[in-house]
Amino acid sequence: MKDVARRYGFAATVVMVALTAFWVLVLIILPYLFLVDASFRPSLPADQVGGPNDHYTLQNYLTLLNPNATKEFLFLSIPIHLFVFAQTVAISCLVTVITLALAYPLAYILAKVVNPRTVATLFLILLIPLWISELLRSFAWYIILAYQGPLNALLGLFGISPIRWISGYNGVIIGLIYTYFLFMLFPIYGSLTTLDSNQIEAAEDMGARWWQIHRRVVIPHAKPGIASGCVMVFMMCAGALFVPRLLASPSSRWFTEVIMQWFFEGLDWNTGSAYAFMLLLVCTVFVSLMIRLFKVNLTDIAR
Amino acid sequence: MSEGVQLSGVSVNFGNFRAVNNVSVSIKSGEFFSFLGPSGCGKTTILRAVSGFISPSAGSVRIGGQDMAGIGPNRRPTALIFQNLALFPLMSVWENIAFGLEVRGAPRAARRARAEELLRLVDLPGAGDKAIAQLSGGQKQRVAIARALAVEPKVMLLDEPLSALDLKLRQHMRAELRAIQKRTDITFIYITHDQGEALAMSDRIGVMSQGRLQQVDTPQRIYENPANGFVASFVGENNVFNGTLDDIQAGVGTFTTDDGEVLRAMVGSGVKEYADAKLYVRPERVTLNPVSEKAREGANVVAVKVASIAFEGNFINIHASDKRGRRHIVQVPNDASVWIPPVGTDARLEFTPDQATILTENLPARAGEDDVGVRQGQSYRVEVAQ
Ligand SMILES: Nc1ncnc2c1ncn2[C@@H]1O[C@H](COP(=O)(O)OP(=O)(O)OP(=O)(O)O)[C@@H](O)[C@H]1O
Ligand SMILES: [Mg+2]
Repeated sequence: MKDVARRYGFAATVVMVALTAFWVLVLIILPYLFLVDASFRPSLPADQVGGPNDHYTLQNYLTLLNPNATKEFLFLSIPIHLFVFAQTVAISCLVTVITLALAYPLAYILAKVVNPRTVATLFLILLIPLWISELLRSFAWYIILAYQGPLNALLGLFGISPIRWISGYNGVIIGLIYTYFLFMLFPIYGSLTTLDSNQIEAAEDMGARWWQIHRRVVIPHAKPGIASGCVMVFMMCAGALFVPRLLASPSSRWFTEVIMQWFFEGLDWNTGSAYAFMLLLVCTVFVSLMIRLFKVNLTDIAR
Repeated sequence: MSEGVQLSGVSVNFGNFRAVNNVSVSIKSGEFFSFLGPSGCGKTTILRAVSGFISPSAGSVRIGGQDMAGIGPNRRPTALIFQNLALFPLMSVWENIAFGLEVRGAPRAARRARAEELLRLVDLPGAGDKAIAQLSGGQKQRVAIARALAVEPKVMLLDEPLSALDLKLRQHMRAELRAIQKRTDITFIYITHDQGEALAMSDRIGVMSQGRLQQVDTPQRIYENPANGFVASFVGENNVFNGTLDDIQAGVGTFTTDDGEVLRAMVGSGVKEYADAKLYVRPERVTLNPVSEKAREGANVVAVKVASIAFEGNFINIHASDKRGRRHIVQVPNDASVWIPPVGTDARLEFTPDQATILTENLPARAGEDDVGVRQGQSYRVEVAQ
């Protein structure tokens, strides 16, 4: 701080600190605090806000467990919102795992096998889809995966009968993997480029098989990248909106859609906030789980 | 148990570039063999061909008589110590050492016991639980050696393992490595660009230049009887005179320098009469004498002027320039009885014919040039009875 003051002068420093503080406090923390507060108050007509009925309650959170709207699942009847919530989390986990399984080998090949000049071209090809908005990409997949779309037409050429891709969560899973794949690939690739290739060779020289090399040398080194890739992909999946909107079958809902519904259709910001915080809570739990699992620091993940 | 290593006609190409060119050498079981050569001459490439990370473009590598073609690095009886050691930073010291046993499925207790045993061997007892980052350069060195020894290799390959250490530690580790080699009786193939290291440690040295083996011999013979100009100037210091060889009588040649001075010296192999050649004489084999004194009988004499004096501690290097202005070095012990003339003194450089050698420069063809069979004379084929 003193260094900054010496370099830029006292006045400029005060302005910089004040602006940063304003940004953090007013634009980030305050809106959240407002939502937290709202999530613990009942949804009331405008004239009753601040009135005798406006007291703190857990009611909004308990709406998630509403026993009046349930879904049958394996002999259990589960409150429908809770079911959507659980399914969102479970499928996000699944997408994270599949993305990891696809991205790790590719990242390894890009970082350690392919020669560096080809890698630049490959990255360009991988990056081009990112220039297009998520909405358009989801639409593209909607078209590709349609029952009478190009994918089934292509399979038809090989004599495979058409598959109903957009049924249940299949379309969502494919769309999410596609959309967030690079967010898994880049951190892992980044951590692998810092791995000294001699370590891989040293392990091989001492008799290790390829899978032993990965288990003992490469994966431990890539851990921070894997952890941050998983955290990013999981959070973005759980918070995704367009992909589930477009690629889920009508009966398969995503938790963000439920939140949207509370906010914009139900005009019940209080329950909407409560639901949003449930999602945030799960994401926080996921991050701490990753930190535990991979024994990495929060700063490693943010890198 | 150790095994010998035979390289026959090994060449390695990277695209059009030939990094190793027709190298043939037979390294004996239990021998400490060094490849010595300047940076980029293909030493690491040879080592990688022996350990199996690259397969030669031509020729064969045999270990213990068995052809290694098609056998991967994880199935060869070799252990490689990398130029940068390549220890696993995320494993503890003992896990590093026991890695080779771990991948072979040895139980944890046995691995731990073996690691401790090896730590004692490399003089690091009790360091097993330390992290790699906690070790000093010399300690890392020892861990790398222990890790390589753990897989009980028949041949140990070392790629300039001491180059990152400071002088004192390097000298200490030289002795240590040599002792470990003697104790374990494993064949060591050692790579270095440091001629002092090669001379001090090796049973035999292979001097390399631009992918070619220039000479294979014991340290003494490499130093005393270099096969060509490259070896003479790369190994140790030399004073060089350019000129032509006039004639040879009983192995002693008469040599006329470019200045017209006539000198006499031993003639190396492959030098032809009436051909351009160079005369090499070691700084410690020449003496500097006052002009007033009479020259020794039969000695070569070159008139010089003292240009500068460098005090090196245990010896002194006197730099003297001849009438063409070319520098020559005279190395004398730091001893009160030796005449050390002040700078600017006229003096006489003297050396006897048996201390000097006439050689052709004989620098090898550019690596990559395909001339196998054309200049066979340059690639030394050394056959050693097993
Ligand atoms: N994978 C490769 N592709 C292309 N050229 C290579 C490759 N590896 C090495 N070379 C070239 O081959 C030559 C020999 O390399 P090598 O690593 O064997 O040298 P070195 O004798 O070990 O040198 P140093 O003492 O600097 O380690 C060098 O000119 C190098 O540029
Ligand atoms: Mg090298």
